[in-house]
Amino acid sequence: MTDAKILAFGGYQPDRVVTNDDLAKIVDTSDEWIRSRVGIQSRRIADDDETVTDMAEAAGAKALAASGLAPSAIDLVIVATCSPIVPMPSVSATVAHRLGIVAPGAFDLNAACAGFCYALGTASHAVSAGSARNVLVIGAEKMSSWVDWTDRSTCIIFADGAGAAVVGPCAENEAPGIGPVVWGSAGDQASKITVTGRTGAMQQDGQAVFRWATTAMHPVALEACTRAGVTPADISAFVPHQANLRIIEAIARKLGIPRERVADDIVHAGNTSSASIPLALSRMAEQGRLQPGTPALLIGFGAGLSYAAQVITVP
Amino acid sequence: MTDQEILAGLAEIIDEIAGVPADEVTPDKNFVDDLDIDSLSMVEIAVAAQDKFGVEIPDEQLKDLKTVQDVVNFVSKNS
Repeated sequence: MTDAKILAFGGYQPDRVVTNDDLAKIVDTSDEWIRSRVGIQSRRIADDDETVTDMAEAAGAKALAASGLAPSAIDLVIVATCSPIVPMPSVSATVAHRLGIVAPGAFDLNAACAGFCYALGTASHAVSAGSARNVLVIGAEKMSSWVDWTDRSTCIIFADGAGAAVVGPCAENEAPGIGPVVWGSAGDQASKITVTGRTGAMQQDGQAVFRWATTAMHPVALEACTRAGVTPADISAFVPHQANLRIIEAIARKLGIPRERVADDIVHAGNTSSASIPLALSRMAEQGRLQPGTPALLIGFGAGLSYAAQVITVP
Repeated sequence: MTDQEILAGLAEIIDEIAGVPADEVTPDKNFVDDLDIDSLSMVEIAVAAQDKFGVEIPDEQLKDLKTVQDVVNFVSKNS
């Protein structure tokens, strides 16, 4: 069996910056309120004509370039997304075509904000099983198109962007670069985060989701560490879904991971659902905040409710 | 557990989660107006209280617990 590892990351954000003060002009909120409750200072929002597919392509292109692989070396493309405008065709097949990847396996995966970790686990399994050699994994979201811009409880949180990773085989005798994924769901709480109907907007029971995320996620993260054979003290970077800075800090505190090792990309990126983890990883890599060869802990969680976590080796 | 013990335990929790010194946590204090504790911190306090006292404080209940004494009464009645 061939183990898998991450070769490179790539990220993309739309140009348009929306500050908290901008939002205070359209809903009853304030910069102070948003910063203290959610931790966001600004976010990026795509223009009307910029699609999930466009953003996925941009992030995918960067990850592919950073990996040094030719498009022809990719034989599977997985796009984690919950916000495409149409359910078909898939984002992944079009993105693959635009990137010059010829006839790869291609599918979209929806596990909402947990999507990237599900997709990364699936990519790792495909490499291990021999059904793919190199996989392009993308998380891409245009949450702004599903948000009610008169609902101050959600429109201040969600944002747009994409992040990607290239997954390939480990060398012989090289330790696995993607640890076992710990994934699960709580369908009994499906009503906590929903979009109702084709023209509906996102609704979230913020308090219930906060309670769930701050109590049920750190055991999942710990399990991912255990299954990868590491402890939280070994983790050089903790990159949870950038849902809410208060959730991120609560989980990190319970795991005993010091603040300087914890991703806080949400401050300027907002909550980009399945894109948030690879977007944070690509930015941290660019800024030299990741130490190659060390273990990083990822955990995604959100609508479903669903969640997934794994330990990766930083490329 | 006496009300005094619950109050002391609650004060410890509030200090840890919201950074409010324990001696400021007196029964008549309103969480929002006097202690500057928001709804998310209240959830964290409720979860910590559950671990400490073994009493579940559901979200629906939480909004009715406005003062320190309200929480002490709720824990006392349900433990």
